[in-house]
Amino acid sequence: MSGFRGAVVTFPGSNCDRDMAVALEEVSGEPAIRVWHGDADLPDGLDFIALPGGFSYGDYLRSGAMAARSPIMQAVIAAAGRGVPVLGVCNGFQVLTESGLLPGALMRNAGQNFVCRTVALTVENNQSLFTAGYDAGAEIRIPVAHHDGNYFADEATLDRIEGEGRVAFRYAEAVNGSQRNIAGVLNEAGNVLGMMPHPERAIEPAHGSSDGRALFASAIRSLVSA
Amino acid sequence: MSGITPDVVEAHGLSPEEYERVLHALGREPNLVELGIFSVMWSEHCSYKSSRFHLKKLPTEAPWVICGPGENAGVIDIGDGQAAIFKMESHNHPSYIEPYQGAATGVGGILRDVFTMGARPVANMNALRFGRPDHPKMKHLVQGVVAGIGGYGNCVGVPTVGGETNFHRAYDGNILVNAMTVGVADADKIFYSAATGVGNPIVYVGSKTGRDGIHGATMASADFGEDSEEKRPTVQVGDPFTEKLLIEACLELMATDAIVAIQDMGAAGLTSSSVEMATNGKAGIRLDMNKVPCREEGMTPYEMMLSESQERMLMVLKPGKEAMAEAIFRKWELDFAVIGEVTDTRHMVLEFNGEVVCDIPLGPLAADAPEYERPYLSKDEYKAWAKVPALSGVPEKTDIRADLLKLMASPDLASRRWIWEQYDSQVGADTLQLSGGDAAVVRVHGTQKALAISTDCTPRYCYADPYEGGKQAIAEAYRNLCAVGATPLAVTNCLNFANPQRPEIMAQFVGCLQGMGDACRALDFPIVSGNVSLYNESKATGGGSAILPTPAIGGVGILTDYSKMATIALKEGAQKILLIGANPKVGPEIGQSKWLEVCCGKEAGPPPKVDLALEKRNGELVRQLIDKGLVTAVHDVSDGGILVAVTEMALAGGMGAQLQTIAFEDYVDSEKARHAWSLFAENQGRYLVTEPIDSHIVEKLANDAGVGCCFIGWTGGDAIRIGPDEETTVAEISLAELREASESFFRDWMEV
Repeated sequence: MSGFRGAVVTFPGSNCDRDMAVALEEVSGEPAIRVWHGDADLPDGLDFIALPGGFSYGDYLRSGAMAARSPIMQAVIAAAGRGVPVLGVCNGFQVLTESGLLPGALMRNAGQNFVCRTVALTVENNQSLFTAGYDAGAEIRIPVAHHDGNYFADEATLDRIEGEGRVAFRYAEAVNGSQRNIAGVLNEAGNVLGMMPHPERAIEPAHGSSDGRALFASAIRSLVSA
Repeated sequence: MSGITPDVVEAHGLSPEEYERVLHALGREPNLVELGIFSVMWSEHCSYKSSRFHLKKLPTEAPWVICGPGENAGVIDIGDGQAAIFKMESHNHPSYIEPYQGAATGVGGILRDVFTMGARPVANMNALRFGRPDHPKMKHLVQGVVAGIGGYGNCVGVPTVGGETNFHRAYDGNILVNAMTVGVADADKIFYSAATGVGNPIVYVGSKTGRDGIHGATMASADFGEDSEEKRPTVQVGDPFTEKLLIEACLELMATDAIVAIQDMGAAGLTSSSVEMATNGKAGIRLDMNKVPCREEGMTPYEMMLSESQERMLMVLKPGKEAMAEAIFRKWELDFAVIGEVTDTRHMVLEFNGEVVCDIPLGPLAADAPEYERPYLSKDEYKAWAKVPALSGVPEKTDIRADLLKLMASPDLASRRWIWEQYDSQVGADTLQLSGGDAAVVRVHGTQKALAISTDCTPRYCYADPYEGGKQAIAEAYRNLCAVGATPLAVTNCLNFANPQRPEIMAQFVGCLQGMGDACRALDFPIVSGNVSLYNESKATGGGSAILPTPAIGGVGILTDYSKMATIALKEGAQKILLIGANPKVGPEIGQSKWLEVCCGKEAGPPPKVDLALEKRNGELVRQLIDKGLVTAVHDVSDGGILVAVTEMALAGGMGAQLQTIAFEDYVDSEKARHAWSLFAENQGRYLVTEPIDSHIVEKLANDAGVGCCFIGWTGGDAIRIGPDEETTVAEISLAELREASESFFRDWMEV
């Protein structure tokens, strides 16, 4: 889509920011705009904001907790409120829960160890702008790489987000002890998605799976039709 | 005045004879700061005093070598104006004392060696040796080391893509943690360490200096005594978050033209970095110790110079660039301080509170450095000392089914999934092949090229015959690179040995290096960087044991088109499995094999011999087969022989195989019918490949090239079936059973 303006935020310690930018460029054909955490404002007219994986502030204190208080996050929260699509992957998901854009929290993996492998996910909701490119119930394969990916929320919250179709992806295998195997969660309006698996690592055949591509393609397409 | 008593000298790890050299170099008695500097610069770790004489004999040159040993890391040309920069380094002693931080800072240190030269690190590898799994400390050590490697590498965002892990009782009291980093840079933007330009500012960046790791280099140069637990305070603490910021800040500054020279502060910290920069630049250096950023109040110049606090770098900037450089480091929230200047005195002068606290002539510090040509046993004397039992009473036929299951569940051959799932192997989104294959493969970002990397060494071969073991370590790295389709380019090494003051240990060192040198010359595979770790022996665990000689090799090769890369996984049924490099003139070499150890309980006999001319020819053929797309899977034959290699290919592909022993016993066993020997022997220079049923080109090309090649069986089914021919089955082991055996070792050890 021509003129697509996707941005990737870099926090100190982000390490998937380049990979996210490459994926956005690969799928959209447009250069990704790089945004520094210390900036107070986002560039104008963004169509998409990505919070990448990594170890912002070393995961010291609590994963995502310090990045969630970066100057740029006020602007991201405001943009999300205006309906701009926001994707948080891995550490980006942790930043989204810490900043209150998404419910729940991400705790240490149940197995205590870091886990990196390609896992099977089920697409639970294919009605969102991020997931419209998948078939409902489809099983896709996307890599995970995290130490704190164990999704937790109280039962009432879990029941509510399940009822509202806000569980975007569920692990089809045991990965990290997440409540109800939840791998990705949408906000109420459906324009903010947080997920532990890394769709930017599953874009081309060389990655071993291209199943992440449809996520970016869906988001970009939704802008065309909007 | 200085109070340098013999006790103080000894506490600094210097012998009386070495102290005489200090007095000669200075022309006077040193003060404590100066003594500390001499002690770390002349430690085994920094001076290579026992190894230098032999290291000089290794081949280090080739047309594609941009920078060989002597800088922070080796640099090779990978085409299109790009260079690969890489090195391997040990962190053995710290990892035994405090496994998490020891291993983590090992990764941090080797990363800095690579990005200090201008490269973005693109891959981490490691070579680990542990003691017996049932040793009371071993589970804790393995958990700590693996978590430490992951904790550091995952956070800095450099994928850990492979490595090797062995277990042997010889490492009970002295584990080995060798870490390797590979980076990519523009060939015309390589940064070196020579400080030049009188008056140029010397700048300190990164973390503040604390009291951690003081005397780490000296510790790493002595045997472990009974008190190794008490040495914990000498282990440094790593901060991978700061390292990540340091990488980004350094690379950002390197994109400008501000840097004259740069050096990381590794072992012996500020001392070795400043001495090396000034020495390499044939210059002098003046530092104001009051300006060194310190973590604690009241630190003395002695402590600042010997601290091994991590994540620090020293740079010489062009004049007038300080403000621009400082802005970059402040943006990344890092310390930045101008702490001195380059001089023309050829002296290292340190000032503190307005007084000169150290004034060392750099020429004599280097020129008077001790170098030892330590005595070593002859080959025959070594043989008599090593007492490797002769091969005898080895069964020729056994229960192959039981033996294969036992081998696949054995510590050295079992699946390493538990380890490598703790490493982020995918960050960068350029990882094309992981641990578990022959070599790891990482794409050069934004190109069709890929780097292949393999770490290899078979210590039990090196013990039984140091010369053949040294050859084999190089040959196996070469073979693993060829097996993915890469052209082998160059080698880094990490030479882990016990106490060099023992002639039998020195015989191991000399023998291994001779073997390595011969192999590198024959295979056009020069050594461009490396590290030596001696004194790996311990009295602390009641073992009193030396490690096996362990010259760990890190090989790097290039694929010009990654789409042609080969993998070990069987892809389709009804394909031919061919053995490349079969040599009917050599019977099965069963000595020192894994099968002999695991299934027969013997560590006996000579190790297999490497024929370097055949090794080269076989490797060239395999690369040609891969480049032309003629083979569908490739795997080298190493530990466990043909049968384990086939099993690994089958498990990787989820597809079985049927081996027909009549078809290949002529090629692998002159006496035939010694089925166990044929299947488990570890003859060198061999590969398994698969070829589609209707293609008949591989055997022809092998014949043309003068390379042995024979059919050994078919792919297909969901089991490994072995029989003399298609109709008869001697042993059948389902993939499910084999997978369970392979997964059981780490699972049962770690997760119960």
